[in-house]
Amino acid sequence: MKLFGRRIPMMFSLVFWCVVWEIVGRTQDILLVPPFTHVLVACEELLRTPKFLDAVVITLKAFGAGMALAIAIGIPLGVLMGRVEAANRLLGMWVNVFVSAPLTALVPILMILFGLGQATIIVTVFLFAVWIIVLDTYAGVRHVSPSLLEMGRSFGATRWQLYTRLLVWAALPEILAGVRLGLIRGVKGMVIGQLLVAIVGLGELFELYSRNFLMEEFWALTILLFGFALGLAELIGLVERRVEFYAGTRS
Amino acid sequence: MAAGPSPPTEAASARADIVRVQGISKVYEGGIQALDGIDLAFPEGKLTSLLGPSGCGKTTLLKIIAGLLEASAGDVFVHGSKVSTPGPERAFVFQDFALIPWSTVLRNVAFGLELRGVGKNERNDVARKYIAEVGLSGFEDRYPHELSGGMRQRVGLARALAVNADVLLMDEPFSAVDEQTRRKFQEDLIALLDNEKKTVIFVTHSIEEAVYVSNQVVLLSRRPGRVARVIRTDIRSVGTPDEIRRDKRYLDTVEEIWQMLRQYLT
Repeated sequence: MKLFGRRIPMMFSLVFWCVVWEIVGRTQDILLVPPFTHVLVACEELLRTPKFLDAVVITLKAFGAGMALAIAIGIPLGVLMGRVEAANRLLGMWVNVFVSAPLTALVPILMILFGLGQATIIVTVFLFAVWIIVLDTYAGVRHVSPSLLEMGRSFGATRWQLYTRLLVWAALPEILAGVRLGLIRGVKGMVIGQLLVAIVGLGELFELYSRNFLMEEFWALTILLFGFALGLAELIGLVERRVEFYAGTRS
Repeated sequence: MAAGPSPPTEAASARADIVRVQGISKVYEGGIQALDGIDLAFPEGKLTSLLGPSGCGKTTLLKIIAGLLEASAGDVFVHGSKVSTPGPERAFVFQDFALIPWSTVLRNVAFGLELRGVGKNERNDVARKYIAEVGLSGFEDRYPHELSGGMRQRVGLARALAVNADVLLMDEPFSAVDEQTRRKFQEDLIALLDNEKKTVIFVTHSIEEAVYVSNQVVLLSRRPGRVARVIRTDIRSVGTPDEIRRDKRYLDTVEEIWQMLRQYLT
């Protein structure tokens, strides 16, 4: 970015809005917006609170389980839809509906079905993440060069070899994009699930802070959560770029 | 009444013709007929070109012989036995190379052997030998996107040679390669085939290429493809590549085929 002919470093936008936050926090004595520096201090304190650490462990467990399920079911389902027309006809419409549906509305029903606990949150994470993984895997499999598969067949690949040596690898960039988007959606699902269930993990803390107007802690928690989601997405993005290097010349 | 000189027996001709197709027809979904009653024999150790106007079903016929496509009618025989799926006695060279983009040249060339479960050291040794034969020594650890089109097709050829199939099926192998590279590649291919004693079925849309590289040229008619003529060319005995390209018989054959083909063009 350039401003008045000078190069502005990437971090500028971040710093700028943090400063705005700080000024707003200091000049106006609004309870909802404490100064940014106070939030940072709260962040640091929060990271040392046992209650927070417990909440993090519970949250990560639910998130990990939900994501693992979403990946383990989403990728094979996407491959199936990409290869078998009947499966695509049967499921395609529903995947497209769910990928853009406001799934938050379903969480109360999940709470009835799975109880007020980890199970509901795992299912919520799963439901938020799985559809985009299915859709992207499907798109990736559909775009695999037909001649690459013909090559495999002509050199005597078994059906299993065709899938594990060629198809999945050729579709890997799209699959990873799906997993990255799934992770971001999964974090959303996790937060929404925990907020609605409100008695486990970070949801419990959010509930506690906002009910007691502990805004510094509240914002600290929010920032940490945002950081986690972005960091995770960035990590997958890193793997993606490596894979794209090798798959870059698919034709 | 005494019989005259007996015609060659079925067995004898089967031995000479490594691949035979009988009554091959292909109708695609939607009713488009690509091929209509193709009968052909491909003599062992010879290079046969399939030539014809675009859309005449040359590639379709090649893929049916390869077992990649199913014929609507008719049979393909290799070594006298009927085939309908790909087999180890046939290897395919693809128009768009069909290399694995995330694998090195070495692994690409060894891929056919990898699928057959050949051990890593053994298959890499074989792969290195054929990489050297197609003139790509030193490029073993490169990736396909680091190579030019001509080099990529050399990888495709080495991969087909590495599985030691008797029959090479080549689908317009040089069409995605620039003109100068193509000439060099054609010469190298001919030299290579003299050593390897392969039977080659070669699809091309270039008359010059067909006459130059082939022992016989099969001319297909416009869709639905039928065998219009089989022309024995055998131009290679003339001499060096440059002598061939100036040879009268070569030029006449090219002209003869062009006169036959032009009736299909409108």
